Amino acid sequence: MSDSSKSTADATSTTQGSLLPAGVVPRNGRKPKGDQFWAQGEPMVWVSGGALAAVLLAALTMLFVVLSNGLSVFWPSRVERVQLADRTAFLGLRLDSHIDPQRGAQVRFKTGNREFDAQRQDFRWVMQSDMVSAEYPDDVLVLERLANGDFYGDLLGLRVPGLELPENSDATERLQQALRAIAVQRAERLDPLLDRIAAVTDERNRVEVAQLKTTYRKQQAEARIPPDVDAIALLDGQLKEFSAEAASLQGQSERLVADRTAAEAKLRENVAVFRDGQGIERTIPLIDVVRAFQPNAMGLAGKVGHYLAKIWELLSTSPREANTEGGVLPAIFGTVALILLMALSSFPLGVLAGVYLGEYARDGVFVRLVRIGVNNLAGIPSIVYGIFGCGFFINYLGWQIDHSLYAYRLSKGPVFGTGGVLWAALTLGLLTVPVVIVATEEAIRVIPRSVRESSFALGSTKFQTLIRVILPLASPGILTGFILAMARAAGEVAPLMLTGVVNSAATLPLDGKFPFLHLERQFMHLGFQIYSVGFQSPNSEAARPMVYVITLLLILIVLALSGMAIYLRNRMRKTLQIRTI
Amino acid sequence: MDTPTPTVPKARETEVAAHAASADASAKLDAHDAIVQVDDLCLFYGRSQALNNITLDFPRNQVTALIGPSGCGKSTLLRCLNRMNDLIDDIRTTGSILVDGDQILDRSTDVIELRRKIGMVFQKPTPFAKTIYENVAYGLRIAGVRDRRTLDEAVENSLHRAALWEEVKDRLHQSALGLSGGQHQRLCIARAVAVHPEIILMDEPCSALDPRSTTRVEDLIGELRSEYTIIIVTHNMQQAARVSDHTAFLYEGVLIEYRPTQALFTCPAKKETEDYLTGRFG
Repeated sequence: MSDSSKSTADATSTTQGSLLPAGVVPRNGRKPKGDQFWAQGEPMVWVSGGALAAVLLAALTMLFVVLSNGLSVFWPSRVERVQLADRTAFLGLRLDSHIDPQRGAQVRFKTGNREFDAQRQDFRWVMQSDMVSAEYPDDVLVLERLANGDFYGDLLGLRVPGLELPENSDATERLQQALRAIAVQRAERLDPLLDRIAAVTDERNRVEVAQLKTTYRKQQAEARIPPDVDAIALLDGQLKEFSAEAASLQGQSERLVADRTAAEAKLRENVAVFRDGQGIERTIPLIDVVRAFQPNAMGLAGKVGHYLAKIWELLSTSPREANTEGGVLPAIFGTVALILLMALSSFPLGVLAGVYLGEYARDGVFVRLVRIGVNNLAGIPSIVYGIFGCGFFINYLGWQIDHSLYAYRLSKGPVFGTGGVLWAALTLGLLTVPVVIVATEEAIRVIPRSVRESSFALGSTKFQTLIRVILPLASPGILTGFILAMARAAGEVAPLMLTGVVNSAATLPLDGKFPFLHLERQFMHLGFQIYSVGFQSPNSEAARPMVYVITLLLILIVLALSGMAIYLRNRMRKTLQIRTI
Repeated sequence: MDTPTPTVPKARETEVAAHAASADASAKLDAHDAIVQVDDLCLFYGRSQALNNITLDFPRNQVTALIGPSGCGKSTLLRCLNRMNDLIDDIRTTGSILVDGDQILDRSTDVIELRRKIGMVFQKPTPFAKTIYENVAYGLRIAGVRDRRTLDEAVENSLHRAALWEEVKDRLHQSALGLSGGQHQRLCIARAVAVHPEIILMDEPCSALDPRSTTRVEDLIGELRSEYTIIIVTHNMQQAARVSDHTAFLYEGVLIEYRPTQALFTCPAKKETEDYLTGRFG
């Protein structure tokens, strides 16, 4: 049609003639331009591209907020000394500012020194107009402490009766030496005592459980008709021994606690004297100080070192000050342990169920109903699973276990009849099992029938075909479902709150004491930590940086876990991928 | 499998069946020469009848081609011979099939044993997600062979027979999925050969292959015929003429004509056969 130059008659006969089916517009466009524009679908490209861009933008913004806030938390900021119009002064970190419509610009400072503040606040809003001058004095010290948050002040001197320090002209250097010496003393004098106290406490618990067990046996012997007199006498003897043991342990414990108090009091005599922003002298026991540094005098290398030390602290220590400071090791541990236990419970179950649906079940009304049911299970709100976990696992199964295995120690509280990492993992497993089932079934069903038949034609049974041919071919698809399940489980918090997550757990689900894995224990979880630290803590303003850090950490852990699974799947795909010919 | 014929064949079908009856004479062979004897075989998919009183014998160590238009039942017939139709729900068969004199349509037939005796190659190559070596050794492994040397020998032998050894001998332990389409099909043939079957069924083995690979597979069939009985379903009449000794023509579930290939192609006895061969339908 493009060669219409031949003759006009020819061209018209072609376009109007019957060569083209009705409704087809020739490419060179005799029809109005607008029609062609819509017919080619250019707007669809823009609309769909725009939708993708919007989604990406939202996700990236969120990531950016989390990353920028989370990564900057540990970077040491400079401390300002602010002189106010009313001749008072204070030290603080400038945080943010806003303009009040009535009163004008306000700046918020983190002033620390919580226990010395009239309102016990770490933060302070100051009118921009009230500020006379602001400077960054080099020698301001920041103390991170075990309690009451940060302290800002100038070092006046040390009083260290219990420490022998080398002579040193620089006061700050002396403070650091004193802190190191205190740490050594703590490790030498205090920590062994704490270890012994913990050992005695364990022993006391063991004796207490043994006492309960013996008492229970005695009650059983007494209930017999006629009462088993010999057994009662024997058990009475044992009980007497236990009581004696408990009493001696009690005495031991009291002596140890007294020793510890004395040792701590002695260490507490070593103090540093500071002048705070208002010019008042403050005395801080060195034993309360975690770390002392001078942010205004720090070079880049010092700041990087400080940053890395803080990150290490985050990853390797337990939290302090109601989770708003210190590390999150127990929560990381709890999160990973929970996901692994969840995987252990849901993966085999889901794969087996999927195999049955995809391989064995004959298509019928029942199977179709089951399939619809499984698909819809994935859409049930997670809190419902939490309620089920609480009702069935804890209140029913846990209660049954307690009453059959731990009946003697019920007076000491439930063992399995309360939230624990096992019940939480099973609940999450239940929540994610539909995803695994659906993925497994799909992966099995897409394998061409001829592959199956080839295996049968070689004389293999259905089982051999399944194990040796079908499952290897289906494994990338199954793993995809598994990744989805894991990602979903890692992000769930609601069901955990009903099945055993706690704000602060004294023990980990895994330790060096028999039987090493304590599935009945309550646990900490990063997702719950975000909620509890950010929204439930008494000082949520001070905890905000921590929330960003935990969020970032949770995202990283989920990425790492699913990254591992994706890597595994891709490696499998490389070797297993079936090429369609 | 042993339920009676329920539906009355349509008038046209009985007419076609009448033609078929006269072809029976050529379908019967001496029992000694026949490795597979199909007698009065009927097959129903639910209510529709796919095979209609088929009676024919497949000669030992020869190549027999089944031709006919799409849906004529040639693949169905082939799949009856190793009971592959068992996998499909709602299928019933009547009549009898003897392989080496043993009835195979009984409920008591050991299907696993039967399928070891009768190998099969499918239309689409179906390599398993395993190495080349494990693909070929698969049949032996599931039969319980563990000895490494036996397996090594069987794999090399089978790959030689499938004319694939030279191409893959250096990468036996790489994934079989990385081979080309033609190599896949020869791998499937090697896999079928490895379990030492007596009969190899081929269901349009070349329809997914390019002309060069097709030639190679056809050459291979020519080489395999000395040791195996080969039954091949094909759409390609030239192929049937090239590779087979006998050819059976099926139409609408009925065996129309079954004669030596040369005779069938040069002077077909039935009008349907002639029409099909000359391309008037199908």
